[in-house]
Amino acid sequence: MYVAVKGGERAIDNAHAWLAEERRGDRSVADLTLSQIRQQLKLAVNRVMAEGSLYDPDLAALAIKQARGDLIEAIFLIRAYRTTLPRLGASLPINTAEMVLDRRISATFKDVPGGQVLGPTFDYTHRLLDFKLAAEGEVPAAPRAPVTPGPVPHVTGLLDRDGLIEAAPHDNTPPPDLTRDPLELPADRALRLQAITRGDEGFVLSMAYSTQRGYGRTHAFVGELRIGVLAVELELTELGFAVEIGEIEVTECETVNQFKGSRTEPAQFTRGYGLVFGQSERKAIAMSLVDRALRWKELGEEDSGAPAQDEEFVLYHCDNVQATGFLEHIKLPHYVDFQSELELVRRLRAEANPLKEAAE
Amino acid sequence: MTEGHAYNFAYLDEQTKRMIRRAILKGIAIPGYQVPFASREMPMPYGWGTGGVQVTAACLVPEDRLKVIDQGADDTTNAVSIRKFFQRTAGVEVTEHTCDASVIQTRHRIPEATLIPGQILVYQVPIPEPLRFLEPRETETRKMHELEEYGLMHVKLYEDIARHGQIATSYAYPVKVEGRYVMDPSPIPKFDNPKLSGSAAIQLFGAGREQRIYALPPYTEVVSLDFDDHPFQPTKAPHACDLCGAGESYLDEVITDDVGTRMFVCSDTDFCVVRREAGHEGRLAHQSAHEVMA
Repeated sequence: MYVAVKGGERAIDNAHAWLAEERRGDRSVADLTLSQIRQQLKLAVNRVMAEGSLYDPDLAALAIKQARGDLIEAIFLIRAYRTTLPRLGASLPINTAEMVLDRRISATFKDVPGGQVLGPTFDYTHRLLDFKLAAEGEVPAAPRAPVTPGPVPHVTGLLDRDGLIEAAPHDNTPPPDLTRDPLELPADRALRLQAITRGDEGFVLSMAYSTQRGYGRTHAFVGELRIGVLAVELELTELGFAVEIGEIEVTECETVNQFKGSRTEPAQFTRGYGLVFGQSERKAIAMSLVDRALRWKELGEEDSGAPAQDEEFVLYHCDNVQATGFLEHIKLPHYVDFQSELELVRRLRAEANPLKEAAE
Repeated sequence: MTEGHAYNFAYLDEQTKRMIRRAILKGIAIPGYQVPFASREMPMPYGWGTGGVQVTAACLVPEDRLKVIDQGADDTTNAVSIRKFFQRTAGVEVTEHTCDASVIQTRHRIPEATLIPGQILVYQVPIPEPLRFLEPRETETRKMHELEEYGLMHVKLYEDIARHGQIATSYAYPVKVEGRYVMDPSPIPKFDNPKLSGSAAIQLFGAGREQRIYALPPYTEVVSLDFDDHPFQPTKAPHACDLCGAGESYLDEVITDDVGTRMFVCSDTDFCVVRREAGHEGRLAHQSAHEVMA
């Protein structure tokens, strides 16, 4: 009845109260602590930090708890918080060669200086449910090895020495800031990478996958994948030097891609790059494939019309906070527009009916 | 979100407001032109009025009196949510009366009451680009606006007439502003289009997800696109309001039982209430009075 549209305010309050109760669940079960989420759901925390573009594991854990484990909702909470934070300065560029490595593999060489380190990976686990976990059994401590002494050179650097891979000259141009300037196209590579690193993991994964299946094929090899911890430094103008303000864990992926050469360039390998907060290697690999696919114009390649080559398509649709908001807004009332459509359809039908009768 | 005082007045920091105000001023200087702005993540989802909320936040001063409507009504859930947001973060007075409001944020409607000088009407816009569904690429549509290349739109309207005998667009009906930019008026029913033109109020349009702001300064000429032999026609349900009897207001159709009985009521709830308080009565005024109270 007409009254159904009334009382929105009370309905919202009650819905929020119910939501809070559902989030808590059965009160006879212990409440989740943030440190439990941070420690034991670390990959979820990593994803929320990466796509929320805010490196703060405690806040990410809080967001996951508040969002009842809905990671896109948690990412949204982090983004909305992040946007209110003042910008005190920009940190110095991190040097990933100095990373304290947890994991470092190359698919292009059997062995490389610095060695292959598998690290804590699911890769060679058999995906069998471990019922011991359900029985709350403790795991024995893992064997330990001394920390790999750094810095560990990049694999692509070895190719670079022989000129086999495209040069990546140093560039000190300050990168644009996607969160402070509206996205305008064409975007440079720095801006594209910024958008993709906070883009939805599923979207970036599928885009990358599509290039492997032939939609903008770029023949990627994982030259190197490394995961580890790095210091972040901030230059303090008052002091005149940089101070360490904290540590972040990142995943970096460099792909090596076939390039047959063009009229102006001899045949050599080209690069795709991915860098993501935390241990997020699926995302980092996917990012490097999409990065490489988007570079077709710069490398003088053909536009095959593949979605992953289309900068506007990728950049405008990779953000899950934007996508989910717009998708879900169709739940909001649209009865004014629907009413106008209803009248239009009725009018069109009324006009069509006499025609139909005349034809018969 | 915690208490209002933990955040700046009207939520956004002053730097962000300055950036948005500059975009608004540019939009007012070039009526109908879509100004890119660095839209912020807001504590409500994209597509739920973040553009309008940012524009409202940048316009509000403590003396303002705010009205928020969705589908013409003050008590729809999202209107309630946005109104509460500003009560909490800006502490401004709120009202449901169109004539008492200094700032009105709206989704999908223009109030029935004529707006007056000094009022600001803020529209929530989902897709600011009127050419978007004809050309999906932003790089292309910006070029089309630059070159005033609107042929595609006219072809679309012509094809509508060829196929249906009339222009089959009933909301978000495209307009031309001061003879220059083709503009999307947001998904208001085309019934509301005539109110866009020559309005005494400032009309601001915010699209948060798409990062665009555009504007109509007071007394701007806004023309709904049409052809000489198929002139633009605003339409509404061919009924009078069953509560207040108004024959000239936009109506919502409400299904009242499972055998197809319907009633028609003003979509603009304030307009309807004011009329009923003044003694106007519709077909079901008495019958539904107790239901509304219930």
